[in-house]
Formats: sequence, structure tokens, C-alpha cells
Amino acid sequence: MRMLARRLSLYVVTAWVAITVNFLLPRLMPGNPVQTLIGKMTGQITPQQVQAIRLAFGMDLNQNLWDQYMGYWHQLLLGNLGVSITLSTPVATVLASAVPWTVGLIGVSTILSFIIGTFAGALLGWFRGSRLDSIIPVATFFQAVPYFFLGTVVLLVFGSNLHWFPVLGAYSPSVTPGMHWDFVLSLIRYGQLPVITIVLSSIAGWMLGMRNMMITMIAEDFVLMAVAKGLPRRKVIMHAARNAVLPSVANLSLAIGLVVSGALLVELVFNYPGVGNLLLQAVQNEDYPLIQGIFLIITMTVLGANLLADVLYFILDPRTRTEAAV
Amino acid sequence: MSAVRLPRSPKVLVGAGIVGFFVILTVVGPWLAPDNPSATIFPPNLTPSASHWLGTTTLGQDIFSQLLVGARATMVVALVAGVVATIFSMTVGVAAGYLGGKTDDGLSLLSNVFLAIPGLPLLIVIDSYLPAGGRSNAFAIGLIISLTGWAWGARVLRAQTMSLRNRDFVEAARIIGESRRRIMLFEIAPNLLPVLASSLLFTILYSIGAYVTLAYVGLTSTAVWNWGTMMFWAQANNAPLANEWYWFVPPGICIALIGTGLALMNFGIDEFINPRLRAAGLSSKVRRASGLPRRPRLGYTPVARSALRTSPTTTKIGVR
Repeated sequence: MRMLARRLSLYVVTAWVAITVNFLLPRLMPGNPVQTLIGKMTGQITPQQVQAIRLAFGMDLNQNLWDQYMGYWHQLLLGNLGVSITLSTPVATVLASAVPWTVGLIGVSTILSFIIGTFAGALLGWFRGSRLDSIIPVATFFQAVPYFFLGTVVLLVFGSNLHWFPVLGAYSPSVTPGMHWDFVLSLIRYGQLPVITIVLSSIAGWMLGMRNMMITMIAEDFVLMAVAKGLPRRKVIMHAARNAVLPSVANLSLAIGLVVSGALLVELVFNYPGVGNLLLQAVQNEDYPLIQGIFLIITMTVLGANLLADVLYFILDPRTRTEAAV
Repeated sequence: MSAVRLPRSPKVLVGAGIVGFFVILTVVGPWLAPDNPSATIFPPNLTPSASHWLGTTTLGQDIFSQLLVGARATMVVALVAGVVATIFSMTVGVAAGYLGGKTDDGLSLLSNVFLAIPGLPLLIVIDSYLPAGGRSNAFAIGLIISLTGWAWGARVLRAQTMSLRNRDFVEAARIIGESRRRIMLFEIAPNLLPVLASSLLFTILYSIGAYVTLAYVGLTSTAVWNWGTMMFWAQANNAPLANEWYWFVPPGICIALIGTGLALMNFGIDEFINPRLRAAGLSSKVRRASGLPRRPRLGYTPVARSALRTSPTTTKIGVR
């Protein structure tokens, strides 16, 4: 329990840092871009919207920095992230429609990549020195390719040329979204290419980590013991793998941030209606309230996912529990 | 201690070769480029030919020239970011690991916070506020990237420092009365070299990815040619859908090659630190020659002595 409490307090501090950075950035940057922006936009958006942006950024000109900071927190806790300049909709509303897509896409890909990569890594570690080792440089190559580049190539080859998969969007335009079978099937069909891209890019890390841990684990006495007892090979491999997988699970929370960073751009390539796509539109339009809102929501989601991964580790490794009892 | 034994497995040689090639390209690339990469003087959308090895863009620019010129900005930013981040992570990691106590708590918290915040979104937010002058400045971009890339190295270096701080030679230095700064700089730091090298390679790899991504999103100056900008223009002109692979594939392949080269060198360092991994990577021919069982045996992974020593009797069966 102590370990979980420590992690939780880390995430609370991280959330606070992210929010404070978000508050300070527009103020620290040369030329105060938000002020300039509000000036530029005054003719185009209603005074109410200007007021909403000011409120969300805590930019009341008559207040000192501390009061502005307090005001910013107040608005944040009320769920007011400001108004998107280009879309003229509250940022919170825009985000609510985009977040589920991203969470679904990245969640499914990360779980798939972790499971496949760990299994492959366990086998690579067991059969070390065999021909299987030639997979390693190939996997490393895929890992070194930027996500968006791999996405583009995958799109070009399997989508535009071979026509195996539909290429753009998250579901077929002829299907109405809802909880029915047609929609789910369409989701899966359209999700395949983005998921394949993210899995290909992120799998090498899991595979190599697991392989190296497995090689270390095979040297342990308990593995030799298992073989000496005459257990079938499949069981021995499972036995070693179960112990080797712990560091991978411990690393899961670290890796999520990296995967999210890469996967955001995959959305751009496949025109997936998630947060990444939104972020890039916001950047191109200099829609600062939207950019900052997206940064906050991504950070909070990643922190939540990290906590989940830590809980998983806590459940899997009994040592974290006995330590608490002592 | 003798001179530093450089790992000489095939992985490291191939990796170093690839990285070396691109380092040379960084220096000579802009001189080799046949044309001005920005000049719109050729017929648009040419396919690769003898006069334009990689064809031309929709604006009639020579793509091969862009690729050669773009190497420099990409590598310079990555190097700046990598070196700055590594210096920072070494300072934080060694201080936290050696001093311990409150200092360690504070510094560890700092690096854990930076590890938990997703890097790319933070980079995009900071970069979107940069004025145009900052976006074309390789040093400014490198600094910002290093801000998001130092924490991992600090963590690894801290762990390594903690394992070193109670060794006898450090204890001896402490008893002699060496100052803390001297112990950290001259006793501990040299023993961190392999970890430091691995951390530097990893950070450079990360920085290349981060810089190219920022450029691809359109957040670096479009007046500076780098591989990300090339892909930005290719995407903006729908090159992937128009099947103009020669426009967007070469920069991507270059990035992937450098990344693979750096990662291969890193494997070598891993094997240098952990001898068991070294023995695990040997081919069966080398194993037989070094007197190891041909198939890896269960129960233990032997440490290949031949890979450790370079005495005359073992060099002929050394790992090549």
C-alpha cells in the first residue's frame, strides 16, 4: 500500500506542476501571446467569449499574479477551460467528443503491443542464440521509425495501393454511430491500420526488455529446479516468464507517456477524430485555449493510465504487499 | 585499469558505421548538395532521374538537395539536445544518488514529475508560444527538447551512483578526506561512463524523433531545411496519396537508419555492462570456438571470457 500511496502522491504533484506550467507559460513567453491574440480576435468573437477566455486563462488585468492563479484554479475546478477560438465552442465540449476516440485507439494498441511483445520477448529470451535473434534488428528498425512516417507508409501500401483496409476516418460514413453491431464492425475495420501502426512502432521495446529479463531469469536456480523436476518445457518457459514479466509491468507506466506522444500523430495520418488530430489543427490555427486544454487533458489521462499500471503491478507482485505489512 | 575496452560485436560495428556515415553527411551534406534546396527553378513533380536523383517537389525544388542539406539541422539540434540533457541528467542523477536524504527526495521527485508528463504535448505547447525567431534557432529548439528528455537518464544514473557510493574505493576517498565534489567528479563519474554513453545515445535518439516531429507538425521554421520539414511539405502537398514515395520516404528512412544505428551501439553498451547478454548474442560458430556449449544451455548463461580479454591467445576467437 505504501508503494501505491507514494505513486499517487507523485501523480498529484505532477498534475499540479502541469497545471501550473499551463498557467505560467502564456505569461512567461515573450510578447504575451494570449493578450495579443485577444486583441486580434476582439472584432471576430463576441465580448462574452473574450470574457470566457480571459476567465479561463485567469487574465483579469486588475489582479496580481497570485490572484490570477487562484482565479485560474477556480475556473479549472468548475470545468471551464475557455472557449476554442476557431470552433467558438467551449474547450471542454470539444474535448469530450475527441477523448474517447484517443483513449480507445491508444488503449487497445498498447494492450495488444504489450501482450504480443512480451510473449515474443519470452520466446526470444528462451531460444537465445538461435535464428529467432534476427528479429531483433528488424524490430529495432521499426522502433526507430517515427510513428507518423510508419503510419504514412502503412497507409500508402495497405490502404491506397492494396485496398485491404479503409484509410481515412474512424468509421464508415454510411453507418450511424450508436450501440449496434454494424457500427462496432465498422469501428474495427477502420481501426485496424492505426492500431497496426502503433503496435509495430511500440512492440520492440517490450520484446527486447522481456528478452533481456528472460535471459537473466534463466540463470536463476528455480528454473533449473523446474527442469530437474521434469516439468514439460512449455511449463518451464511459463514459470520463468511469469517472473521475468515484472520489470516490464513496472515499466508500463513509464512507457505510456511515450506511446501516447507517438500515437497522437498517427491520428493525424489516418484522420482519426481524436485528440491528436485536434491538437494539430489547434496548433495550425494558433488556438491557444484549445492547445492548453488538450495538454491538460492528455496529461491527466496519462497520469490516470500510469496509476492503473501501478495498481496492476501491485496486484501482480506480492513483494509490494508484504513490504507494506512489515 | 587498462585502456577502455570497446565492445566489438558486429552489432556495434554496424551501428557505429551507420552513425559515422550520417555524422560525415552532417558536415559535408550542404556542400555536396547539387542545388539550392529552396530554389523553385525546376519543372514540378519530376520522378527520380539521373539529373534529379529523388525527383522534384510540387514547387520544383530538388528533393535530393533538401535531403543532403536537411541532415545538418536535424543532427545539430539532436546533438545540442542530447548533450545538454545528458549534462543535466548527470548533474541531477549523481547528486541525488550520492548525497541521498532530502536532496535525493527533491531531485527524484523532479525527475519523476518530468517522466510522468507526456513529452510531446508539452513540447508542442511550449513551441507553439515561441516567436518565429525562436523556431528557426537550432539552439533554442534543442534546449526545449532537452527539457523534456533529461529525466530518464537522471533516473538511470541515480541508480548506478547509489550502487557505487558504498564501494570500497569511494569509502577510501571519503576517509582520506576528499571533498564531496571531488568524489562525485573524479571517483564516481568515470565509473558511470558506460551508463552515461548509453544515456547520451538514447537521448540523441529521442531528440531526433522530437525535432522531426515538431517540424512535421509545422512548429519549426519552414525556412530551415530538416527531414521533418521535408515530410511536412510532402504531407501538405498530398505526396503520400499521390504515390510520390520519393518525396517522403527518403527522409523517413534516414531517420530510421540513424535510430537503428544508435540503438545497435546501445546494445553493444548493454552487453558491455551485462556479460550474460553478450554470451546470449553469440552465434553458434563463435560459441564453439570459444569453448562454450553450442546451444545455449539451461540454468546459466556463461560469460564469454574471450569477449572480455584481448590477449594474443584469444583475439583469434574474439567476437567479430
